[in-house]
Amino acid sequence: MSLLEVKDLTVTYRASTSAASPEKRGSAGAGDVPAVRGVSFTLDAGQKLGLAGESGCGKSTMALALLRLLPKTAHLTGEIRFDGEDLLTMSWGRLRAVRWAGASIVFQGAMHSLNAVQRIGAQIGEPIRLHSPKVGDAEIRRRVGELLEHVGLPARRADAYPHELSGGQRQRVMIAMALACDPQLIVADEPTTALDVMIQAQILTLIESLVAEQGISLLMISHDLSVLADTCDRLAIMYAGRIVEEGPAATVFGAARHPYGQALAAAFPRIGDPASRRRLQGLAGDPPDPADLPAGCSFHPRCAVRLGHCDLVDPSLWPTAGREVPDDGESHKGKGNRPAGDGTRAACVRVLPDDGLSLVEKESA
Amino acid sequence: MSEPIPNAPILSAEDVHVEFEARRGDGRARAVDGVNLDIAPGEIVALVGESGCGKTTLARTLLGLEKPTSGRVLHRGIPLAYTSKALKRFRRDVQLVLQDPSGSLNPRHTVYDAVAEGLRIHGDVPDERERVADALSRAGLRPPERFFLRFPHELSGGQRQRVVIAGALVLEPNVIVADEPVASLDASVRGEILALLLRLRDELGLAALVVTHDLGLAWNIADRVAVMYLGRIVETGPVEKILTAPEHPYTQALLSVLPEAPGAPVVLQGEPPDPTRIPAGCRFHVRCPVLASGAAAAAGVDGRCRGDDPGVLAGGTAIQVACHYARTVSSPDGPSDGPAAAARP
Amino acid sequence: MNGLVWARRRRTAARFWTSYRQNRAGLFGLVVLALFVLTALLAPVLTPDNALSVTRPPGSPLEGPSAEFPLGTDRSGRSMIDMIIWGSRVSLTVGFWATFISIAFGTLFGILAGHFGGWGSSLLMRVTDWFLVMPSLVLGVALAAVLGRSLTTIIVAIGVTSWPTTARLVRAQTLAVEARPYIERARALGGGHLHVMSNHVLPNVMPIVLAQTTLMVGSAILTESTFAFLGLGDPTTASWGATIQAARDVGAVSSRMWWYILPPGIAIVLVVLAFTLVGRAIEGVLNPKLRERRG
Repeated sequence: MSLLEVKDLTVTYRASTSAASPEKRGSAGAGDVPAVRGVSFTLDAGQKLGLAGESGCGKSTMALALLRLLPKTAHLTGEIRFDGEDLLTMSWGRLRAVRWAGASIVFQGAMHSLNAVQRIGAQIGEPIRLHSPKVGDAEIRRRVGELLEHVGLPARRADAYPHELSGGQRQRVMIAMALACDPQLIVADEPTTALDVMIQAQILTLIESLVAEQGISLLMISHDLSVLADTCDRLAIMYAGRIVEEGPAATVFGAARHPYGQALAAAFPRIGDPASRRRLQGLAGDPPDPADLPAGCSFHPRCAVRLGHCDLVDPSLWPTAGREVPDDGESHKGKGNRPAGDGTRAACVRVLPDDGLSLVEKESA
Repeated sequence: MSEPIPNAPILSAEDVHVEFEARRGDGRARAVDGVNLDIAPGEIVALVGESGCGKTTLARTLLGLEKPTSGRVLHRGIPLAYTSKALKRFRRDVQLVLQDPSGSLNPRHTVYDAVAEGLRIHGDVPDERERVADALSRAGLRPPERFFLRFPHELSGGQRQRVVIAGALVLEPNVIVADEPVASLDASVRGEILALLLRLRDELGLAALVVTHDLGLAWNIADRVAVMYLGRIVETGPVEKILTAPEHPYTQALLSVLPEAPGAPVVLQGEPPDPTRIPAGCRFHVRCPVLASGAAAAAGVDGRCRGDDPGVLAGGTAIQVACHYARTVSSPDGPSDGPAAAARP
Repeated sequence: MNGLVWARRRRTAARFWTSYRQNRAGLFGLVVLALFVLTALLAPVLTPDNALSVTRPPGSPLEGPSAEFPLGTDRSGRSMIDMIIWGSRVSLTVGFWATFISIAFGTLFGILAGHFGGWGSSLLMRVTDWFLVMPSLVLGVALAAVLGRSLTTIIVAIGVTSWPTTARLVRAQTLAVEARPYIERARALGGGHLHVMSNHVLPNVMPIVLAQTTLMVGSAILTESTFAFLGLGDPTTASWGATIQAARDVGAVSSRMWWYILPPGIAIVLVVLAFTLVGRAIEGVLNPKLRERRG
C-alpha cells in the first residue's frame, strides 16, 4: 500500500472567509483563487518524489496542504490518504499526532524557521517533548545529541543559538528537527535554495543517506529540476496548479514530453554539452494568474508547439506510451487518473494518439 | 592626463587587495587578497565562487563602489581616479545589474523614472523619452510605452530584471557588471535574461563581468571564467577548457557536485574558511582532496602545499592555475604554469 | 505623457482616499479638523469687530450663558464663543509653525545623519539626546526671558525642542532605505549624495514624516496651551491656554463658572484628538505593515 495517496486535491483561496460556507463548495465564487487544481499522486514507502515548478505554480501550497497547515482562507477538497487515513477528515488530535511523528516538513528558509532566541537543542527537542510528554529531560538531551550527530553536527552544538551557525548548519538543524520523531515521510520545501553549490551538495547527500538508511519517504519540492532529478526516483512537474508531467526522474528530466517540462529541463545547462553553450531558449511570457487562467490547456499561451485546438481542451495526465483514446468522458477532467505505472504521463494533447481531437468533439458534445 | 590606451582591456584589476575591519573579534578580513583580472571589449567573463569568497567585493571594487586597500582598477588602461567627477564619467561606461530586481528598483518610481534615472544624473535631458523607449525595447520590453508608467510591483520578476538592465543600457555603457543576474528568477525566465545578455554583446559589443556561484551560467554565456576561492582567483581560462578539464582541485570539486555531473561527487566538508584567518601555504590546502588523498605527497609537492603560497595569477586570457600539484603534474593540453605565478613568490 | 502622469497620480490619490475612508476615527478627526480650520479662517466674519476688545467689550464681566452669549462672558465681558473662535487661530498658527520648524530641521538633519553616518551622525545623536532630556518648558521660560513673551518665542521653543524626535525617526528610516539595493544601483549609475538623498531617501521618508507632522501639530498645540497657562504666552493674544489661565485667576473653578474653563479645555482636547486621529489614520494607510496588523 502507498504511504501517501493524494487524490484529486484542490486548494482554493477564498477572497473572503464569509464566502466559504460549506454549501457553496465546488462553485467558484468571484475572487476565489484556485492554487491547486486536481492533483493526484502516490508515494510509496521509501520512495523519493520530486515536485518541480515555477513560483506560483502551487507547489508550496500543496506541501502545506499535505499537513493541513494552510490558513483558514484556503478551502480543500479531494483526499489525502496518509497510511490509509484521510488527513482531510481527520480529527485535530489525530492530525497533531500525524504532524511531525508521521510526517514532518523541512522548510525553505532555515533562517526564519528557527527561533532566534532559543538554543537549537531546545528547538530540536520540542517535537519530542510534545509528542511523548513522558520522556525525561536527560533522555531528550541524549536524543538531541544523537540527532545532531546524525546530521553531521557535533552534539555540543545543541547549546548554540541559530545566529551562531552558518546557513548550511542551520539547514542541518532543520533536518534534525524533522527527524526528531522518526517520521515516515519528510516533505522538504526548497531545502537547498539560497545555499552554495558545495553546501547544497552536502545537504543533498545528507538527505539522501538519511532517507536510504531509515527507509523514509521523501517529497522534495524545488524549482531546480536538475537537483530533483539527481535526488529523486520520480519527478512531477506542476504548472498552474496541476501536475502536467510525471514519471521516472531520468525520463522526465532527460526526455520530457510536455512542452513545459521540456522548457524547464532545458533551463538547466549540462556543462560540457555544446547544445547549451551560448544557445539559450527561454520560455516567453509569464505563468498565468491563478485567478484568471486561460481557457483549454493553461500552458497554451506560452507553448511553442501548440495546436489549433489547445485553447479548447484541457487534457489530463495520459501515459506517453498510451495508444488508446480515453473512452470514458471522465478521464480528461482530472478525475479517475490511471494508477501510476512505471511509465511517464503527460497532460498534453500531443501525447494522445489523435492529438486529442476526439476530446474536442466530446467537449463540444 | 593620460589618453586611453588602444587595445587595452576595458576594465582590469591590478593586484587588487580589499580589506575590512572584521566584524567579530580583532584582525582584518582580507576579502580580496590579490587579484589580477582583465575584461576585454565585447568579452563575457564569469567570476565564479562560493558566497564569502570575495567575488562581490571584487565586483564592487571594479565598479568603483569600493576603494581597494592596495592595487588599482584600470579603465581602458588608465587608473581609476576616485574623485566624484572622474567616477561619474567612469560610470557612464561601466554599469551594474544586481541580483534582486525587486530590491534594485525603488518601489515609488515608475519604470520610466527608473530607466531615465541614469540620464537625469548625467544631465542628458534631450530626447530622454526616445532613449528610454530604446533602452526598454533593447531589454525586450516591447512596446516600451506600455511599461512607462508601471510600478515595479506590477511587473513579474523577469520584467523587473529587464527594467534594471534597461536602466543600465540607457547610458550606453561598454561594460556591465552583473551580480548573480538570474539567481532570484524562475528557471524559465533565466534563459531569457541570459539570452538577452548574449544578444546585447552581439548587437552592441557589450562586455560583461558576471558574478555568480552558478557554474552552469558560466557555461551558458561566458567566454572566460575565473574561479575565486578565499579572496584569490585560483584558476582562470576559457570556459570550454576550465569547465571541461579543470586542473585546480577546487574547480574540480565544484564541478563534481553539480547534479548532472558524471562520476562521484567530491563533497568538500565544512564551510569556506574565514577571510580573517587565511591558511598559510596554499589557501585551499586544509580542504584539498588531492592533498588529503596523498596524491600531492606522491607527486612530492605536499610540503609546498602547506608552506608555499602558489602566488597571484596574472591578468590576460591565458590558462592559469594556482596549484602546486597541477603545475607539477601538468596536463598535456595547456600551459598550467602562469608566467606571473612563477614570477611571484 | 504628462496627462498620463496626472491620471496616475489621481488614481493614487483616489486609492489613498478609499483606504483612508475605511478608518472611521480618521474620518471623524478629519471632519473636526476641517471645522476648526474653517472657524479659524472665518474668525473675523463670525465675530463682531469688538469681540476681543477689553475697553469696549460686548457684555459685562463674568455673565452666565444666555441667549446673547451662549457660553457666557469672560472677566472683561467678552463673549466666550468669540474667544474660542479667535483662540483657534492662535492654536493652529502655533501648531503649524512649530511643526514646520521641527519637521524641516528634523528631516534635514535626520537624512544627513543617516546618509553620511560617521562622526556627524554620532554628534547628531548626542545633540538629540541632549534635547530629548531637556524639558521644553524650561527652555520656554529661558527664551521668554531673553526674547520677551510672544507667540514667536513659543513657536521657537516648541520647534527647537521637538525636532530631535523627528530627526531620530527620519534617521532610522534613512538607514533602512539606504540599505536597499536600489541605492547601490543609483550610485553605480553615477548618482551623487544629493541625488540619492533627494530622489530616493526623501520620497521614502515622506510618508513617515507626514504622519509625524500631524501627530506633532497636536502636541505643539498642547504645549502652546501649557505655555499660555503658565503665563509665558503673549498677553495680547486670545489663546485657549491664556483663557484657561484667566479663568483660574478669577477663581472660575471654585465659583463654578464652568462656561469659562470647560469650553477652551474641550477645544484643546478636540483639536489635539483630531490631529492625532488623522495622523494615525495616515500612518495606517501609508504603512502597509500597520494595515495588516489592523486587518
